[in-house]
Amino acid sequence: MEALLNILNELHPEVDFETATGLIDNKVLDSFDIVTIVAEVDAEYDVQIPAVELTPENFNSAKALYALIEKLLDE
Amino acid sequence: MGITTVSFLLFAAVVLLGNYLLPQRARWVWLLIASMFFYLTAGWEYVIFLLLTVATTYLAGFLMDRNLQKQDAYLAENKQTLSREEKKAVKAKTKSRNRIFLIAALVINFGVLALFKVLSVAPFRGMVDGTALSFFVRIGLPLGISFYMFQSMGYLVDIFRTTDKAEKNPFKLLLFAAYFPQLIQGPISKHSELAPQLTAGKKFDGKEFSFGLQRMLWGFFKKLVIADRIAVAIAALKAPEFTGMGFFLLMLFYAVQIYGDFTGGIDMVIGLSQALGIKLTENFVRPFFSKNIAEYWRRWHISLGEWMKSYIFYPISVSQPMLKLSKSAREKFGNFGKRLPVYVASVATWLVTGIWHGITPNFILWGMMNCFVIVVSEELVPLYDKFHNRFGLKEKKWYGGFEMLRMFLLMNLIRIVDLFPNVGEYFRRVGSLVTTFNYHILWDGTMLNLGLSVADYAVLGFGIVLMFAVSLFQEKKGSVREALWNKPLLRYILVFILVLIVLLMGKYGVGYDASGFIYDNF
Amino acid sequence: MKKKIALFLAFLVLSGIVLFCLQALLIPKNMSGKLLEGALISEYYDNAGHNDVIFIGDCEVYENFSPITMWEEYGITSIIRGSPQQLIWQSYYLMEETLRYEKPKVMVFNVLSMKYDTPDSTKEQEKREEYNRLTLDGMRWSESKWNSMLASMSKEEREDKVFTVASYLLPILRYHDRWNQLTEEDFKYWFTRDTVSDNGYLMKTGKVPMTNHEERPLISYDFGENSWYYLEKMTKLCKDNGIELVLIKAPAVSPKWWPQWDEQIETYAAENDLLYINMLEHQEEIGIDWDNDTYDAGLHLNVYGAEKAARWFGKVLQEKFQLADHRVESYLSGIWAEKCETYHNRKKEMEEK
Repeated sequence: MEALLNILNELHPEVDFETATGLIDNKVLDSFDIVTIVAEVDAEYDVQIPAVELTPENFNSAKALYALIEKLLDE
Repeated sequence: MGITTVSFLLFAAVVLLGNYLLPQRARWVWLLIASMFFYLTAGWEYVIFLLLTVATTYLAGFLMDRNLQKQDAYLAENKQTLSREEKKAVKAKTKSRNRIFLIAALVINFGVLALFKVLSVAPFRGMVDGTALSFFVRIGLPLGISFYMFQSMGYLVDIFRTTDKAEKNPFKLLLFAAYFPQLIQGPISKHSELAPQLTAGKKFDGKEFSFGLQRMLWGFFKKLVIADRIAVAIAALKAPEFTGMGFFLLMLFYAVQIYGDFTGGIDMVIGLSQALGIKLTENFVRPFFSKNIAEYWRRWHISLGEWMKSYIFYPISVSQPMLKLSKSAREKFGNFGKRLPVYVASVATWLVTGIWHGITPNFILWGMMNCFVIVVSEELVPLYDKFHNRFGLKEKKWYGGFEMLRMFLLMNLIRIVDLFPNVGEYFRRVGSLVTTFNYHILWDGTMLNLGLSVADYAVLGFGIVLMFAVSLFQEKKGSVREALWNKPLLRYILVFILVLIVLLMGKYGVGYDASGFIYDNF
Repeated sequence: MKKKIALFLAFLVLSGIVLFCLQALLIPKNMSGKLLEGALISEYYDNAGHNDVIFIGDCEVYENFSPITMWEEYGITSIIRGSPQQLIWQSYYLMEETLRYEKPKVMVFNVLSMKYDTPDSTKEQEKREEYNRLTLDGMRWSESKWNSMLASMSKEEREDKVFTVASYLLPILRYHDRWNQLTEEDFKYWFTRDTVSDNGYLMKTGKVPMTNHEERPLISYDFGENSWYYLEKMTKLCKDNGIELVLIKAPAVSPKWWPQWDEQIETYAAENDLLYINMLEHQEEIGIDWDNDTYDAGLHLNVYGAEKAARWFGKVLQEKFQLADHRVESYLSGIWAEKCETYHNRKKEMEEK
């Protein structure tokens, strides 16, 4: 989780990702951010998030994103 | 049957009436009949291609679904005995089998679309004279081919990704592809969102019905009073002698026309659907209030952008090879490597978007300009932030307005490339902006030689102010129709005034060449 | 709920009234200026009912015969149903429609329009739609008007037939963009009209001596199939109703009436036992003075020529068909006395101008 928060903070230092929700719905993250995150997550966790998982639900909060990473790690 | 014709209005009235007179169960059949009738009036040859797409989509969907069901049954049966790796292998096998069906359907369908698109361009058109392919030239692009293909192919990808279920009833799939309002100019809907509504047989809701008709009326206003009125001046200003200020005017006029034309058309489509109880996805959210090009493209032709993002941008940017490339690039170039997937996917997406609009250098340039501006401004964000913070610009109200104006002018400059016969001419005109200072055309009578009278300018000025005021209200306070709902008398009066404006000031009838929607051709 | 519905209905009625008034305002009035011709067709209805002779056709009838003169000379009641560039099917449907209002003894049809086989055969195609309007807008609604409208559509009008039909039913759709061309005339005649013709005759008092009109020979002199079709329909309609159909070629020298055309009509009339009179052959008997009796160098007669033509033609009709002299009937004399007064006042006024 720590590493994920680092990735996110580097993209948007102005956001408190530990508590923030609705990241997609409120247009905090755009598609460029999402793709960057996917690349970073791949580098950090060696997890490849497939295109089908690039949904608002999975990216609306750091928590949801972390849950996705864990799920993918689990598979 | 153009959407702003009396024929279409009569047709729409019959469809609405029939829809609500029939029992709810039968309504989707009625919509299907109406859609087929509408499609047949466009040309019987087109039906062949519609059916080809629906048949291949149905078949591919059916086969993929069968594989997925077999897989699920097998996994459920052997839940205990299979190891995780084995389960993974089973899933991977299904995926690779399904991939064959998916690709086959994509190749067939986009092959047909590409063929039509290629043969709609002059140099290629001549090459097929006398061959069997001249059939494609003769009939031209089938009505709504892009829209039904994008929808159908999106649906197949969703089945492949298991985010959507295959439709069992081929007629319901046909309705999803051919639902007539959106065949005209979109929006491109997702199967999981649209199909259930089409087949549900919606109950009559007076408010939705009224809202839908009001929205159609608003669309008529934008299209007939604004876009079609200004069209004549655009045709005049395209002439080569209009450089400098003339070109600047052309950019402004074109922005007004394409906005009125495209958003007006979509208002009619969404309005008619709303009157039928069907909620289509929004295609525009006041795009001219955007502060940068990226935001503009999230608010203009949204359904196309979403489609491109879901099925082209994301799949490319997060694909395995791309991630590998990113990893190795990162070691060599640092931060740049991290962003590599974004760049590659952006270029690819905009290339496809440009080509889809038209296989001409103009549209490829158009796509690349959009891509370039978006990528560059994205990369400059840190720099901008520093600048903004230093002067406290973000807090200042006027700065937001400045950003909108900047976006508007920049987008005008990009958008207008498709008006010119070739890219060279486009650059010549753009160059004239800084070399030719002929402001005098604004007051030396040139403006009255463009085919617009003083009265026309007055109507346009009034119309633009009205559109702006409505947009501003929506941006700040929300739905205008909602605000009027509890004031029936005021609502009636306003609606009637708008009817009168469209009736009297609309460009239609004898002596006026109905130009068709700009977006019909795509 | 009830209140809401009542409000809605009241609103509907009110907007209907507003739309009706707007339409009345926007329709061209044709009460002055060059397009007085546009008012001719609708003036028939006020004068229908007691006419023994009905003239039907294009400008060659409404400019070349004066019904008032025929009344004054012979007591013949007649009226002209003419309109500019009236095409033959339009004439046919006007005949058909006339029978809803009265049953005359004689119908007179001017055969010049035989030369236009379809709406696309006329010159000035870009104005075809406007000519159609001048004939059709003034007609009251009937099956005849409907059929005439469908048969008349110009190329432009055929592009969107549904719209065209709608725009005849609701003329506001046609004239909607006149809002910035409205003149005083439109307000003055918003709901009323003056009478601009004398029983369908449109008076002109100007004099422009005849000049030489040369016309190039044609490739073919055969009338079209469609023209013949409607001429036959006219013949049948009159036969079925016991009305004498008289074919005439009015005494106007341009456009040229080719001998080959004359022959074809001659033959047709003989075959169908119809009276055909080419009045160009009787110019001297009629007494037309081409220096003084035409207002546009020979295309149309002025009032002096029209009176001469009426005097001559009235006599022919009276002798041939033993038309009654209605001057002895007090009811009709009363009506016609008024018409004559209007006519002479109009003439005097125009001469003074």
